Amino acid sequence: MVEHVKPIQPTWCPGCGDFGVMAAVKKGLLELKIPSEDLVLVGGIGCSGGIHNFMDGYGFHALHGRLLPTAIGVKLANPRLTVLAIGGDGDGYAIGMGHFVHSLKKNASIVYVVMNNETYGLTKGQASPTSLVGFEGNVEPPIDAVLTALSVAGSGFIARGFSGSPKEATNLITQALRYTQERNGFAFVEILSPCVTYNDTYDLWRSKVQDVGKLPGYDKSDRGKAFATCLEVMQQGKIPIGEIYMPPPEKRFRSLDASLIPDPTKGPATLDISVSANAEKYAKMLANLE
Amino acid sequence: MTKELLSGNDAVAEGVRLARAEVVAAYPITPQTTIVERLAEMVARHELAAEYIPVESEHSAMAASIGASLTGARAFTATSSQGLALMHEMLHWASGQRVPVVMANVNRALAPPWNIWVDHSDSMAQRDTGWIQLYAETNEEALASVLQAYRVAEDPEVLLPAMVMLDAFVLSHTYMPVDVPSQAAVDSFLPRYQPVARVEPGSMQLFGSFSPPDLTFMEFRRDTALAMDRARQKLLQAGKDYARLVGGEPLGLIDEYRTEDAEIVLLALGSLAAAARDTVDEFRRNGQKVGLARLRSFRPFPEEEIRSLGRKAHSVVVVERAHSFGSGGPVATEVRSALLGLPSPPAVASYIAGLGGREVTPKHLGALVERATKKETPREAWVGVKELVA
Repeated sequence: MVEHVKPIQPTWCPGCGDFGVMAAVKKGLLELKIPSEDLVLVGGIGCSGGIHNFMDGYGFHALHGRLLPTAIGVKLANPRLTVLAIGGDGDGYAIGMGHFVHSLKKNASIVYVVMNNETYGLTKGQASPTSLVGFEGNVEPPIDAVLTALSVAGSGFIARGFSGSPKEATNLITQALRYTQERNGFAFVEILSPCVTYNDTYDLWRSKVQDVGKLPGYDKSDRGKAFATCLEVMQQGKIPIGEIYMPPPEKRFRSLDASLIPDPTKGPATLDISVSANAEKYAKMLANLE
Repeated sequence: MTKELLSGNDAVAEGVRLARAEVVAAYPITPQTTIVERLAEMVARHELAAEYIPVESEHSAMAASIGASLTGARAFTATSSQGLALMHEMLHWASGQRVPVVMANVNRALAPPWNIWVDHSDSMAQRDTGWIQLYAETNEEALASVLQAYRVAEDPEVLLPAMVMLDAFVLSHTYMPVDVPSQAAVDSFLPRYQPVARVEPGSMQLFGSFSPPDLTFMEFRRDTALAMDRARQKLLQAGKDYARLVGGEPLGLIDEYRTEDAEIVLLALGSLAAAARDTVDEFRRNGQKVGLARLRSFRPFPEEEIRSLGRKAHSVVVVERAHSFGSGGPVATEVRSALLGLPSPPAVASYIAGLGGREVTPKHLGALVERATKKETPREAWVGVKELVA
C-alpha cells in the first residue's frame, strides 16, 4: 500500500497546495487498497511533476505535456496496473492540450489529476493557460478545463476539487479511481492547488468555490445541464467544484483497453497477431465488416 | 558604449533590444526563462517596440517566429534543451523557407535522466537543420553574436536562420562585465531587415509549397547548402565590421589563442574555452607549445581554419560536451574529417567531458594535454566518469 512516502523531501514550498493533492491521492489509493507494486505514477514537468518521486509506486517522469500518452501506453500494455497521470495546468492545458482532449476521447481507464495553480510556478510565476486576465500582464481569458472536458462527447468522470478542502479532494480521487475500476473509463480530476509563492489564492478560492452537487436539482449524469450549470456558476464569479459529471450507467463507451483485449489477463503486446495462425479469426472479422 | 554587469541571459536580451527585434515569441524553460522575461519588461517599458507573444509550447514559439519573419519582421525567440528538441521539425521549416529568425539556445542536457545543467547535446542534435550555429564563450560575445547573427541571417545571399548558444548557468546566470554598444553604433552595423519575399497585402505568393521529385526539391536543398557555404565569409565580414563599427575584437569562425607555434592544440566550445585558456597559459609558462582553438561556428563548419591549424600541430585535443552514440564526439568527428588529405595530419584525440554540467577544470584539461605530450591521443575517452557499482 502507499502508506509511506519515499524518503525524498518534496521540493515544494512550505504551504504549497500540491501537498494537499498528494495527501488526497495517497488517501484515495489507500482507501481502495491499491498495492504500490500495481501502481504507476506518471509525472509531468513543473512543480507538480515530481510527485512520483515522493510516493511509493512505479514512477515515470514524462516529457512536458506528454504524460497522458505515456500513461495510456502503460495502461494498454498492462491493464492490470492502476495508472495515474499527475501534472499541472501549464503542462496539461498548454503544451499538452492536444493530448488532454484526445485522452478524453480515447477513454482509457486511467486517472488524470491536474494541480491547477493558475501559473507556471517552476519557472517562477509566468501566466499559464488558466491565469486570469491581468495576472502578470496576461490579456487572454483563461481556459476552463472542466468545461473543455464536458464538451468532449466521450468524456467519463469529471471532477474538480480544492487543495484547501482535503476531505472533499480525497473523496474525488477515490471516486475517480473507483470509476476507472468499475466503468473502465477515463477519470479527470482537477484540483485547485494554490502557489503560495507566485499566486497565493487560498482565501480567494475558498470564498469562490461552489460545490455543484449542493445546488438544488443538479444532475451529474446530464452532460448538457452540467455544462450549463458550471458556466452559470462561473458567470456569478464562483468556481464550480465537486463531482461535475458522471456518465449515466446505461451509457457504455468503447474503452480502449477493455475492447481491444479479448483476454483481460493478457496485454495487447502479448496477443498473437500472426496471419497464418489466425486466418479463420481474421476471415470472420472481414465478413463482419462487410 | 557602456560597461554593465550582465548575466548571459541579460546580455542576449540587450542584444535583441539593440537589434530592434519586432516580434518576440516566448515560452518559459529553465535556464532560458530570464531572456524572455527581460524582453517582456523591455516591451512593457516601451524600450523595445516589439509584439510579444506568449505561446503554448516551444513548437509554437518557432512557428510564430517563422510566421512573423515571413511578413518581413525581425523575429526572435529563445529556448533550451527539451524546448529546442520539440522545435526540431519547425527548425527545418525555418531554414527550408529561408526565414532569418534568430534564436538564443541556452545549452542544457536532454532528458532522461532530467538535468538542467550545461551540455551541448541539445544543439548538436540540430546539426542538420540548416541553422547557423554560434557558440559564445562570454556574455559579451553572446550579445555581439545575436547582432552578428541577424546581420548574416538577413543577408540576401544567405537568408538562413541562426542560433546563438550560451552555456547553462556558467554563462546564462553568471554576471560578467559587458560592453553594451550604443544604439547608433548598432544601427550602423545592422540596418533594417529588407526581405526578398514576404507576406503582405496586395501581393500573392505561396510559401512552403509542394515540390515533387522532378520539380525543384533538390534545387531548393542545394540552394540552402550554397547559402550556408556563403555564410562563412559573411560571418567573417560581420565580425570585422562589428569590431570596426561597434567595438571589441573581430570574432571569426574559430577563435585562436597562442596557436602561432602550437604543437598541441586544445579544441573546445563555449565556456569550456575559458578554462582551456588557463590550461594553455600553464603549459606556456613551462615552455611547452600548447594553444587553444575555440570553435565559435559549428555551422557553417570552419574546415579551412581547422586545416590550417592541422598543418602546424602534431596533436589536436578535442574536448566536447556532447556525444553521438555509435559514432563519437560530433566535433571530433568533423575535425578528423576536415584534416583528411593533409600531407601529415595531426593525431586527433577525442574527449567527452562535462555532460549534464559535470565540472571540467583547467586541471582536467591539463591532464589531457599531458597525455598528448606523450603522443597519447585516444580515439574516444570519457573524462571524469565514475564507475557505477551494481
